Amino acid sequence: MKTFTYERAESPAQAAAAALSRPGARFIAGGTNLLDLMKLQIETPAHLIDVNRLELDKIEATNEGGLRIGALVRNTDLAADKRVRRDYAVLSRALLAGASGQLRNKATTAGNLLQRTRCPYFYDTTKPCNKRKPGTGCAAMKGISRNLAIMGTSDACIATHPSDMAVAMRLLDATVDTVAPNGTKRSIPIADFHRLPGDRPEVESALAPGELILSVTLPKPIGGTHIYRKVRDRASYAFALVSVAAVFTPDKGGRFAFGGLAPKPWRVDAADAAAAQGAKAVAEAALSGARTTRDNAFKKDLTARTLASIFAEARA
Amino acid sequence: MTVGNFGVVTRRTVLGASAAACATSAIPRAQAATPAKGDDAMVPVALRINGKDHHLTLDPRTTLLDTLREHLRLTGTKKGCDHGQCGACTVIVEGRRINSCLTLAVMHDGEEVTTIEGLGSPEKLHPMQKAFVVHDGYQCGYCTPGQICSAVAVLDEIEAGIPSHVTHDLNNVAFSDEEVRERMSGNICRCAAYSNIIAAIRDVAGEDKA
Repeated sequence: MKTFTYERAESPAQAAAAALSRPGARFIAGGTNLLDLMKLQIETPAHLIDVNRLELDKIEATNEGGLRIGALVRNTDLAADKRVRRDYAVLSRALLAGASGQLRNKATTAGNLLQRTRCPYFYDTTKPCNKRKPGTGCAAMKGISRNLAIMGTSDACIATHPSDMAVAMRLLDATVDTVAPNGTKRSIPIADFHRLPGDRPEVESALAPGELILSVTLPKPIGGTHIYRKVRDRASYAFALVSVAAVFTPDKGGRFAFGGLAPKPWRVDAADAAAAQGAKAVAEAALSGARTTRDNAFKKDLTARTLASIFAEARA
Repeated sequence: MTVGNFGVVTRRTVLGASAAACATSAIPRAQAATPAKGDDAMVPVALRINGKDHHLTLDPRTTLLDTLREHLRLTGTKKGCDHGQCGACTVIVEGRRINSCLTLAVMHDGEEVTTIEGLGSPEKLHPMQKAFVVHDGYQCGYCTPGQICSAVAVLDEIEAGIPSHVTHDLNNVAFSDEEVRERMSGNICRCAAYSNIIAAIRDVAGEDKA
């Protein structure tokens, strides 16, 4: 690990200001992803700002009937929250499908949103990667791409966003609440939070330099039948090949968000609109414009079949 | 910028019900007011490990795992992958199991850590240690301290009603072999002693009568 200096943040605004003023500064919360990457020298921050002792660890009801989830709420606590289990079961299910018990005890809500891809070429510092080292090229396109993205990719990058939680947050139309180094607060719809790679795959979110996530807000519950189905190479503790978050409503309506397919949680209006026509129509709409490699073309069929399975479950 | 002395920590109240594995008692955090400016800046860290207070001065890069093994010679906790994939380094911090390889000691200033050495001793084994012996829940033993720390916390998590991926009704959490398999998936055993590990945990959970 490269050397760094360390400070404990005193307030969210102070942390954001410090992050902007210190070259090479990064926030650290759970650290389960950042420290892994620092050991591999994929991340080499010069300064760490520990935000763990900021009081951003509460889950509170909002005036609008939703929930405000503090940035530091641990994945275990969010999944186990009684209100989340009752009103946003798809979020509990998505969280519990991710990582291991040890990691969920440490990983935070904001950190989960900001975790980096697990593309093997992002991790392999001997290979080109436009995300890790802009302008060096992408070794994944002609490499082992079985688990990489088929939607929203560019000629520069086909990495996926690895989160399960973020897929459920996208389905639920969450907003990401932040504070900027100058103290200004704003709320970013989660649809706009994660960026597609385009020709700048190293820029992964809408956050400005120093901007700190304070909370993630869920709108009021939408009812319906909540399902999170994750398909992976082993039954536990593995990243998704494909995952589908869905809420089915009694009027044959539904909404769908997908993990394992794209550089961000993938959701398409036309797919939601096709809910009444069934799984096949939803799959066609969701996968419109797919760009596959030889290795990952199976994800189209896998997505369609996963949808067929959850439609059968929801409407049984 | 200063490394401050923070008086209020509320995070651990969130999961208080599951904090049964070790009683929380406050240890004063290291009173560090030293600006961390140079590359070689060391940081003071206070930890209560297995009931004993330790005051250390560490390179901020030092993981909790390396602190235990290299600075305190508590070598029961094992380094396997050092990347959070194998679970050999699992310890219980403030009542919750975590991978000690993926966290910095300085992030835990003032906190309480329980390692395998704190669960029991050769003369007085923790019930989970005893059950691993009785059920032969290991072969080479390298993953065993992590398995046991994890297993102790898993039973607390089930007791606290924390659901898992295989919980059928999110609001009705109960012990089962299926639950144990899922919840222990972050602890790899390359000798594949899994079936006996599950038998040991089932025994301690009091579910071995069927």
